[in-house]
Amino acid sequence: MYLQKLKLTNFKNYETADLGFSEKINCFVGDNGVGKTNLMDAIYYLSFCKSYFNPQDMMNIRHTEDAFAIHGTYLRNENQSDSVSCIQRRNQKKLFRMNKKDYDRLADHIGLFPLVIVSPSDSDLISLGSEERRKYFDGVISQFDKVYLDDLLNYSRALQHRNALLKSIAEHGGQSIESIEVWDQQMLEPGQRIFEKRTLFLKEFYPLFQNYFEFVSEGREAVNIEYESQLRNLEFKELLRSSIRKDLAMRYTTAGIHKDDFMFSISGYSAKRFGSQGQQKSLLIALKLSQFEYTRTTKGYKPILLFDDIFDKLDERRVGQLVKLVGADDFGQVFITDTQPDRIEKIFKQVEIEHRIFNVKNGAVAG
Amino acid sequence: MNSYPSKLLESAVNELSRLPGIGRKSALRLALHLLKERIEDVEFLGQSIIKLRKEIQYCTVCHTISDNDICQICSDPRRDKTTVCIVQDIRDVLAIENTRQYRGVYHILGGIISPIEGISPSDLTLENLIEKAESGIFNEIIMALPSTIEGDTTAYYIYKKIKSLQIKISNIARGISLGDELEYADELTLGRSILNRTLYQGD
Ligand SMILES: [Zn+2]
Repeated sequence: MYLQKLKLTNFKNYETADLGFSEKINCFVGDNGVGKTNLMDAIYYLSFCKSYFNPQDMMNIRHTEDAFAIHGTYLRNENQSDSVSCIQRRNQKKLFRMNKKDYDRLADHIGLFPLVIVSPSDSDLISLGSEERRKYFDGVISQFDKVYLDDLLNYSRALQHRNALLKSIAEHGGQSIESIEVWDQQMLEPGQRIFEKRTLFLKEFYPLFQNYFEFVSEGREAVNIEYESQLRNLEFKELLRSSIRKDLAMRYTTAGIHKDDFMFSISGYSAKRFGSQGQQKSLLIALKLSQFEYTRTTKGYKPILLFDDIFDKLDERRVGQLVKLVGADDFGQVFITDTQPDRIEKIFKQVEIEHRIFNVKNGAVAG
Repeated sequence: MNSYPSKLLESAVNELSRLPGIGRKSALRLALHLLKERIEDVEFLGQSIIKLRKEIQYCTVCHTISDNDICQICSDPRRDKTTVCIVQDIRDVLAIENTRQYRGVYHILGGIISPIEGISPSDLTLENLIEKAESGIFNEIIMALPSTIEGDTTAYYIYKKIKSLQIKISNIARGISLGDELEYADELTLGRSILNRTLYQGD
């Protein structure tokens, strides 16, 4: 499966665009700010029904226009293709169509055209709080496990109730510990399952991650992901019971899998606190490549891979290695943005990989 | 903002649009429709709304809406008073009655526990339910609450309060039903799920 055609109307800085892609590597080259990333985002939209960069759909309509449209054609095999469209009018509901049929639930579409994106904004995964990391890993696990997704939703609903109750007890008194315990009961099973699945996932994921990190950093450093959870030391039921006093004082639930974190370290040092920009970048690339491989081995198909502006600050040799890696048969269709056309051309002179280069200039693309 | 040609019209639209599911546009449509009706008909409508609000009673036994102290179901000698079905509100009673598969009585909670919405056990008729259970009149309690986190929690709360009483506690069989809410389940499915109820699994 690969994206054969992309058509844009009034999407971000594009009035119109009509592109045909290579089955392997596609490079968008051009200066900063000309709209290379917007092309990536349009491709992202077709897989996830939303922007990777701007959660407000309406903001992605070209300034004074009334609507944007993204149309994609995916070739499944020689003679079967799927058309996917996303249309957003100002102040109206987003329309999402597959083969001319509207979806009732956008969730039904997600997963049909799997995609992995690597972008500079991923650095939030390292620099920000634990919530970003949980969201990332939860997203990866949910793609393969609907029960996990249900557990997450049920757990967070029960957690909200429990927190509301703690707050109300703190403010108005009344209601007993008993009324809190009924919510504990709702959190226990999903919480325990989430903990076990996160543990198991990391066990399978880590060797891939280690492998790719070695590749990207050229084997100079060791990397680790430590799964931190209060549930490692104490059974969840016990944990909730023993933290009840603290919870009442703090007015929220202080123990549970919503406090879990995934700590990245390089050569034994925290990547967040001590990692250089280069190390952090290698780590993120390795993380996303592992996600790609995990998807391929678990689901049996190759996601589309988007490399958005990640070659910046990497030396030419490493860029060359990465292009060679994703050009191999293990990988499917790849999209790359870069500001240096010379570098890209030089790489493709050295290795023979099917590719297409697009020159992007302020809202216009020449292929 | 809105410039209606009449203060009377504006006030009627304001009041009508407070009703659930009625926006200002629909409220205006309803108000204009009422203006075309015969005055006696509109008076009758107004009075029945006022009477509904002022004179309605709640059954002192099961808390359903009733014209009397004790509702028709509770005062019917043919109904099995030892089996009680616990529901969220009267809509569930209507749905279950439509199946004609149930001969016991009901207990209407008047909602479900939901701290997010500020609904605590004391806002419901739970205390009265527990008193009735403790008095020993029930052989079986059937939980027919929504299969949501909130419904499950409410059922679990009740279970914890009465599990020591040696009353059989069952749950209506769901999972195959069309919708989560009893109100939307079709009669056949709902009827079957009451007959095939399962023992409640607590802890
Ligand atoms: Zn009654």
